[in-house]
Amino acid sequence: MPPKTDAAPKALIARVRKGDHAAASRALSIVVDESATSEALAKEFFKSSGRAHKVGVSGPPGVGKSTLTGRLIGHYRARKLKVGVLMVDPSSSLSGGAFLGDRLRIMEHATDPGVFIRSLASRGMIGGLTYAIFGAIHVLETLGCDKVLIETVGTGQDEVEIASVADTVLYVTTPSMGDEIQAMKAGAMEVGDIFVVNKADLAGKDRAVADLKAALGLGHSAGQAVRAWEPPVLATSAKDGDGVGALGDALDAHWKHLKASGEGAQRLKRQHATELQFWIQRRVIKSALERVTDKALEDLLAHKTDPASLGRKLLKA
Amino acid sequence: MSKPRRVLIAKPGLDGHDRGAKVIVRALRDAGFEVIYTGIRQTPEMIAAAAMQEDVDAVGLSLLSGAHMTLFPEIVKQLRKKGLKEVLVFGGGIIPDEDVKPLKKAGVDRVFGPGTPIAAIVSYLNEKLPVAA
Repeated sequence: MPPKTDAAPKALIARVRKGDHAAASRALSIVVDESATSEALAKEFFKSSGRAHKVGVSGPPGVGKSTLTGRLIGHYRARKLKVGVLMVDPSSSLSGGAFLGDRLRIMEHATDPGVFIRSLASRGMIGGLTYAIFGAIHVLETLGCDKVLIETVGTGQDEVEIASVADTVLYVTTPSMGDEIQAMKAGAMEVGDIFVVNKADLAGKDRAVADLKAALGLGHSAGQAVRAWEPPVLATSAKDGDGVGALGDALDAHWKHLKASGEGAQRLKRQHATELQFWIQRRVIKSALERVTDKALEDLLAHKTDPASLGRKLLKA
Repeated sequence: MSKPRRVLIAKPGLDGHDRGAKVIVRALRDAGFEVIYTGIRQTPEMIAAAAMQEDVDAVGLSLLSGAHMTLFPEIVKQLRKKGLKEVLVFGGGIIPDEDVKPLKKAGVDRVFGPGTPIAAIVSYLNEKLPVAA
């Protein structure tokens, strides 16, 4: 069914463009819930894509991503920038419910009219994000946010999707997250643009920073050319606010680098490719899965068919 | 996919006893709700702003300090001021029976006293917020 464009979405879009938080909140729900009018709205919001600096905040659970995000909000607000925040937490695979527990770490920004915070559930997506993340970002861009901070689900070693969504990826760790060998592994560690050793008030900060730098520097020793942007390693204490100013400077430097080098445009293109990929995945997988009947599963049990043959049939249907 | 129902659990006022709030959060998560928890010591303005930005279907208030007659109606007022006219407000805590009626009048749809089975709160929300197709 093609989405209809009635007057209501138009009014809603106009209100979001004017910076109306209540309208943005409603629009976010329509977009992430994939309601009937969502495509008509998303189409308009997409026009603002690429406007904001999107900063991904990624790293293992419990390293202080939310608290650090709160500090960054404060840093940007002191510079009169408008900040949008999307915080993703996992949905239960059992109940479909979720406990979205990031917001409570940053309630001090709750009533600031220059800050809009929305908690999102992963809703079945693996990889630290949610399929509707791009739609949500574009709403915040339309709202006029200069910075959009995207906090991922606490990640393991393999979640790299954030690198195709954000312009700058912060990889947050702590002094106790393991040695140089951990930092040498492929995966999440490869996609960081800025590395942050948070909880620097704990023992072992200097060692952790040195280990990370050593691991990141191995590429040079292996004969790789120096890249235009070499990821810095910074220490912060989100609890006290130490190091947040330097982190803000590093974020500005990376944003400048993206614009000056042309890499920002390349990344934006990759982001759009990923957005398209998410859309297709959602539609194809969703419609195929909706055609799985109990009868089909019984046939699998009885060995009357096999997953590949059944899958092919479902995709063609 | 049905639209997940979203609930904000908030703790206004100055008491820090939030085990009850956390038990509700857990029960609602396991019942398929997306639950946002504000943490303790929230002002009515903070709770209303969070409810607005999160576009929740319901706001649950937990308060044990005795300030419910001041804070609950103020929160309802702040929610309505933000244009959240439909959002369902319910509350729980140490609330004397005689306060229930005036709280309802002030816009708190239901008050759950001490000893309420968790299942009663879940079924109340399931009834008030039916799963949309």
